[in-house]
Amino acid sequence: MVGGMKPLAENEKKSGDTAQTDRRASGDVLLDGKSLTKRFGEILANDRVDLRINKGEIHALLGENGAGKSTLVKMFYGALEPDAGEIIWQGKPVQIDNPAAARALGIGMVFQHFSLFEALTVVENIALALPEPGNMKALAKRIESISSEYGLPLNPQDIVADLPVGIRQRIEIVRCLLQEPALIIMDEPTSVLTPQEADRLFKTLERLASEGCAVLYISHRLEEVKRICHHATILRHGKVVGECDPSKETPSSLANMMVGSEVIGVSHSGKAPELGPARLRVADLSAPARNPFATTLNDLNLAVHAGEVVAIAGVAGNGQGELFDALSGEVRVTPEMIYIDGQACGAKSINWRRQQNAAFVPEERLGHGAVPGMTLTNNIVLTRHGTNDGLVSAGFVSEGQSGELEQKVKTHFDVRMSHDNPEARSLSGGNLQKFVVGRELDRKPGVLVVNQPTWGVDAGAAALIRQSLIDLARSGSAVLVISQDLDEIFEIADRIAVISRGFLSEAEAASGMTRERVGLLMAGSAERSQGNDRKAV
Amino acid sequence: MRIELVKRTEHSRLMAVLSPVIAVFLTLIAAAILFQLSGKDPLLGLFTFFIEPLTDTWSLQELIVKATPLVLIACGLAVCYLSNNWNIGAEGQFVFGALCGSFIPIVFPDFETVLTLPLMLLLGALGGAAWGLIPAILKTRFNTNEILTSLMLVYVASLILDYLVRGPWRDPDGYNFPESRLFTDAATLPVIGDGRMSIAAPIAVVVVIVLTIVLAKTLKGFEIRVMGESPRAGSFAGFSKKRLTLFAFALAGGLAGLAGTMEVSGSLGQLLPTISPGYGFTAIIVAFLGRLNPAAILIAGLVLALSYIGGEGVQASMGVSDKIAAVIQGLLLFFVLACDTFILYRPRIVPGRSATGSEI
Repeated sequence: MVGGMKPLAENEKKSGDTAQTDRRASGDVLLDGKSLTKRFGEILANDRVDLRINKGEIHALLGENGAGKSTLVKMFYGALEPDAGEIIWQGKPVQIDNPAAARALGIGMVFQHFSLFEALTVVENIALALPEPGNMKALAKRIESISSEYGLPLNPQDIVADLPVGIRQRIEIVRCLLQEPALIIMDEPTSVLTPQEADRLFKTLERLASEGCAVLYISHRLEEVKRICHHATILRHGKVVGECDPSKETPSSLANMMVGSEVIGVSHSGKAPELGPARLRVADLSAPARNPFATTLNDLNLAVHAGEVVAIAGVAGNGQGELFDALSGEVRVTPEMIYIDGQACGAKSINWRRQQNAAFVPEERLGHGAVPGMTLTNNIVLTRHGTNDGLVSAGFVSEGQSGELEQKVKTHFDVRMSHDNPEARSLSGGNLQKFVVGRELDRKPGVLVVNQPTWGVDAGAAALIRQSLIDLARSGSAVLVISQDLDEIFEIADRIAVISRGFLSEAEAASGMTRERVGLLMAGSAERSQGNDRKAV
Repeated sequence: MRIELVKRTEHSRLMAVLSPVIAVFLTLIAAAILFQLSGKDPLLGLFTFFIEPLTDTWSLQELIVKATPLVLIACGLAVCYLSNNWNIGAEGQFVFGALCGSFIPIVFPDFETVLTLPLMLLLGALGGAAWGLIPAILKTRFNTNEILTSLMLVYVASLILDYLVRGPWRDPDGYNFPESRLFTDAATLPVIGDGRMSIAAPIAVVVVIVLTIVLAKTLKGFEIRVMGESPRAGSFAGFSKKRLTLFAFALAGGLAGLAGTMEVSGSLGQLLPTISPGYGFTAIIVAFLGRLNPAAILIAGLVLALSYIGGEGVQASMGVSDKIAAVIQGLLLFFVLACDTFILYRPRIVPGRSATGSEI
């Protein structure tokens, strides 16, 4: 499919460059945002942003977290009203007051977080979103034909709760397509897909583009932007800082444009780390699902040694959260299922494990890793009150101590804030993640379990976090990273295991792994391989 | 033109302080309109309701007598509400605590030692805590809704009280009036001043001080605040939600039971079929008007006590319905909750535009 893309990209090259402005003004402009400005309090989220999307173009919108991508997109989708500037749609100025108005114009959006009713069927979910759903049987037929036509087959009668995330995204896309949009906005569509599923999505996008439908594509994954997008607009601090043809760029040059400075690649000191004893060991870990939408864990086995980073890859919702909760102690299991430094601790509390010098960073930073309405100083106390940091004596919390730790984390991990000791909710995603990771790394834990260390984090912060994880491992700790981001996994992991429907494949050396193999394991052969292993034993 | 609410990035400290003040001001305006509508002079009504009780010593003492149970109960409720436990049944915990506290002076009237009062207060607090633990245990064990169970237990407690003072605990020398025997001196709280004020008031102040320190400075206070705002983060911190629910209900019930016992032992001197003019419910308003902060609850308790005395005042001198106090209390709670919106949101006026998406 990369081959299929190339002719288009080359066409661009020929007509692009010198004559780019001419070509882009040649009358096939679909949407023209002029000088769009949006202010939230003191923050200028969008500062005179110009964005022009042509018909049949896959247009990438790039930028770090907090660069203003979502704000801009929400103005196109009618969820926000610009303070200044105008939107020209097919040659006429329009005002988009709400999402219904956007849909009426032909602008559809596929969100990062799906808005589906899990207990309803596919066709029921789609009918709910259509202004005039009409006859359900006819609608089911239309869904079937459109979805197969675009290579996104769906069974209209399936219940959403039973479907994996990749299929759920299809429902959202098909829901969009049924309204015959001229522009589809996609927010991080591949973050929940296996490589194979992503490939299929790219084919669909290509097909849409060839039919004249434009796609506004938001993604952090620069590799795929380079691969499928015809044009890219880059935002930084709310301003357009550049436009380019991504096929002519490299992922690192794209990243530099986004960040505004050189992104330092992660460096491994020495090739193969010297492995010490297993510091974190999971033995036949099983846990029943706690609710109908949770995943059952089935006989998981894994050992993480001193000195190495082990990564668990997998598509969202395959048991990562359940595994994390069992490892951290938020959900207790049988003692002999989890060992930290040789001690059986499956039934011990999270603070007991912290006292054994283990540390945990959950996926959700706001509301799990940090309390949104509390200051950073208080959020330091959240995970460190039980460890021997002298934060609590005789039941009283020492504000001086926690303040000192907060300052330390802030300087070491470059956490940027508008004023001293703000509430956690006011930090941007990347900065809060640096804080939440830094709060644990500051203790130099012997065992670190981190779920989605750089989810939704900008390139600069991600590099810093990944480097510090590797450095921690090399200093003799065991680091377990649970991640959906394959780029990240291949960047930092020494060994890789894959989780799929609550089964975990055996961890294999990263050097011997390929994306294709990981993808196959993600799509379900992890459970088969685990099953086979068990039978062989 | 329309008004939009824009989310603030952080809590507004200014609004957190201003919100109760604005709420009181809006309540005054609403009360004036209420007086006007019922055909009374609004200014005179406001004066009689809010100012006159502050002008003589008798009503000032009475103000403190009424504020004391409100403050005690509201302090316990604040801990519940901060930790996301919706205890609506403080009235029942107050009554049941009073019952338990009255056990000694009614059943063993001859037990008159220095231990009598401390034991009564202890029994009262334990009784209130036990009554409060019922909805807490139901919640942690069976996932029941504590709003409903705690509220329903109010009526159970009231009916037990009613049964006791009409039946087994009726005063044998009381000419069949539904009242218990009068408490002996050893079972009566020492009086301060020349009215009904007792040492209950300074005890309430001590509770306020202790609770202020616990909430602001200790790990327990931290746990309470974390659990209320973000239970998931609380469990990540290693705090147990169930244990905290039990703790909060036991504390609130205990303080309500203590207040109930002191009310009976200090101000009333005996058990009656009704011992509370709705203190347990009014304390909910006190807790929110005081921003769930014990020190501010002290002031809020006085404001709400004023509404009781002012209500009686306008009823006596102007012939307004006795429901007026309840209506004004309700308005106050409404305005407090409404004004709280502005702590996390900022209003913004947007110049007018059409409502539907259209081409210009």
